[in-house]
Amino acid sequence: MTSHITPPRPSRGVGALPFTPPLPLFLLQPVLNRIVRKIAAENPDMFARLGPHRHEHFLIDPTNMPFMLYLRPDPDALDFRAINRCTTPPPHVARISGSFLDLLTLMDAEQDGDALFFSRDLIVTGDTEAVVCLRNALDDVDEPIAESVADMFGPPGRAALNALRRAAENATKRKEAQS
Amino acid sequence: MSVELTLGPNLFHWSAEKKRDFYYRIADESPVSTVYLGEVICSKRTPFFEDDMEAVAERLERAGKKVVFCSLSEVVIKRERNLLRDWSQQEGRDLELNNTAALLYLKGKPHRVGALLNVYNEETMAYLARQGATHFALLPELPRNVIAVLGERAKELGVGLEAQVFGRASLALSARCYHARAHERTKDNCQFVCENDTDGMTLRTMDDRPFLTINGIQTLTYGYLDLLADMADMAALGVTHFRVMPHTCDMVAVTRIFDDVLKGRMEVAEGEARLRDLGIDAPFINGFYRGKAGDNWVDGTEAMSA
Amino acid sequence: MIKPELICPAGTPAALRSAVDAGADAVYCGFQNETNARNFVGLNFTDAELEKSIQYAHDGGTKVLITLNTFPPAGKFDLWRQAADTAARLGADACIVADIAVAEYIQRKHPDMRIHLSVQAAASSPEAIEYYVREFGVKRVVLPRIMTVGEIKGLVEEIPCEVETFIFGNHGLMVEGRCSLTNYVTGQSTNMDGACSPAACVKYERADDGSMSTKLGGYMIDRFGPNETAGYPTICKGRYRADPREDGYYAFEEPISLNASTMLPELINAGVHAFKIEGRQRSRAYVKKVVGAFREAVDAIMAGQEPKLADLVALTEGQKQTEGALKTKKWR
Repeated sequence: MTSHITPPRPSRGVGALPFTPPLPLFLLQPVLNRIVRKIAAENPDMFARLGPHRHEHFLIDPTNMPFMLYLRPDPDALDFRAINRCTTPPPHVARISGSFLDLLTLMDAEQDGDALFFSRDLIVTGDTEAVVCLRNALDDVDEPIAESVADMFGPPGRAALNALRRAAENATKRKEAQS
Repeated sequence: MSVELTLGPNLFHWSAEKKRDFYYRIADESPVSTVYLGEVICSKRTPFFEDDMEAVAERLERAGKKVVFCSLSEVVIKRERNLLRDWSQQEGRDLELNNTAALLYLKGKPHRVGALLNVYNEETMAYLARQGATHFALLPELPRNVIAVLGERAKELGVGLEAQVFGRASLALSARCYHARAHERTKDNCQFVCENDTDGMTLRTMDDRPFLTINGIQTLTYGYLDLLADMADMAALGVTHFRVMPHTCDMVAVTRIFDDVLKGRMEVAEGEARLRDLGIDAPFINGFYRGKAGDNWVDGTEAMSA
Repeated sequence: MIKPELICPAGTPAALRSAVDAGADAVYCGFQNETNARNFVGLNFTDAELEKSIQYAHDGGTKVLITLNTFPPAGKFDLWRQAADTAARLGADACIVADIAVAEYIQRKHPDMRIHLSVQAAASSPEAIEYYVREFGVKRVVLPRIMTVGEIKGLVEEIPCEVETFIFGNHGLMVEGRCSLTNYVTGQSTNMDGACSPAACVKYERADDGSMSTKLGGYMIDRFGPNETAGYPTICKGRYRADPREDGYYAFEEPISLNASTMLPELINAGVHAFKIEGRQRSRAYVKKVVGAFREAVDAIMAGQEPKLADLVALTEGQKQTEGALKTKKWR
């Protein structure tokens, strides 16, 4: 016997965040630099897990945001940039697309990547192995990444994260109510 | 060392009449030294040929061929367990087992290990040889470098080593019957739809590329193995027996081509050309042996490095 | 009535800690090489990670089972020997084994190590299981996902070792350990390399209409409409055409997961010794949710209460679930 739930398409538009637009992208850059350096410094094992894929560029595409993120998780040449959605993205091995919330909760190890993929809320194109490897490496990072990012901004950061999580929970509840 | 050509078990569901005619013709006209008989895939098919088995076996033996009886590969339900127990108690002919349950019955007695039992390494081979295995049929997916090590050990142990060189190769077994599923039936109510696909049922991808072959609970390659060009190399590695699998194409012609090439009476190139003239409606493949994806065809006869 | 152990997957040290914290009785995990059947990039344990993880698990009262559940190809047997030696040296509680010679090696070299017979050994009859128990002193068999509860009950009564059954996770229909579909199109072997549909050979292609194709080794193994849920990119979960099914159909099995939560009381009554949750390739979020839900359920049943089962369907493949073979033979 089987039961079948068709989830609705992910809800779009979460509202403005304290460290995302309307800020211009150049203001975002120092923040992104701090985020990756912090994660890299605290989780050296992660790079071993990434193996050769640490030298590659990933395009992270929050589909409901005006920007995309460009990441090279290489401890010797870290690169994490926001790029304008309207320009042609620089070379990358793979692209991971999903709503900002889904991508955030994925980083937070609250969501299961396979589950998001099964529901088609997460879309992967390009080098699948590189993406799977990045996912597995991030999943072994103990301290929730979103949490530590929020901590960098003190109380306003934590408040923003909590607001985001509530939005995520509400979205989940809406999904469940509709099914 | 002498090498021999054998005819593996017929994996498909042919009518009793078709099977009988097929084996009588093999007895009369084919150069194979050994013929493997018995239902390997589906216990529900066994009754159809039961009455003819002995007559066919005797006819093949009168024609000077060695007959080996094969076991079922999947043994789960009571009927299959009983079939396997009775099968393993037969005497007078060599037995080739395809399920570990048979090891319980045949330990300490001479027996052959079939190509559907997992023998991947020389240590497992040696262990089973100590328990009575005299002859090993290689798994189709083994690459040359693995066969080389197995060949060395087989020589030391004094056991036969057999490799499939022609026909669709087995890829997977299941408890579910995919033939029944394709016809929206269950295994218990299959009405033997597999009888209509005498070389198996082709699965095509959604963009219409032929991909796999379904045979009841078994999935096979779409392409046909053709290792004509590799037989000399395999023999040098220690393979002693070369197995051709039954299909509906002219198997007397197929076995003659393979025997002529194996015994050095025909050039490989001529054998390849003749094989391609038989009208087999699928590509030839040799990727597994050559360490590539199994569906590949790699040209050339040069021995590959490990 | 035996209280079954809950056997939980761990692909990374963080997932292992999540499983221990969520109440696993045992976790199973493997090394970063082809000695285990989930040899995927970025997954599994280094020797140092395993040492720390075993310590963490044992401190939490949880056992650690090491998966040596692939088949060493001739010439590479030493890698499996080393893995068994390391597992013994680090104090693992059992090795889960598929290959005859690997079992023989552990029995001879590490007689105190428990051997569990992997589902990859495809021991699906009392005779096959008895062979492994007699030869190698196997203490537990992991049953293939092809038996009804009734059949499992009969088996438990007939065989001289413990029985472990899958209760949640991937629901493949090929007999495990007897499948070389991946090797046919990628050149990597599930049994020898621990690779089932390796990600490096998987490609997702999106079309303008929102549909998505999954390709493995160049073959289109499925095509999803814009609103269809997806499954694992494995051949046995793909959609194909055949003469009787020109429109395409799931020739082997749909994208669907096993969820035996409603069958737990019957399985406990059948005398099953351990419940296994599949998913070493899944995230620690999955581990936490699934292990937590089944921990509560088993405890509730043992206390004579009605188990409250959290809805796990969101974590299932294709977001569909089945009781698999456990309930009926009709699926065959």
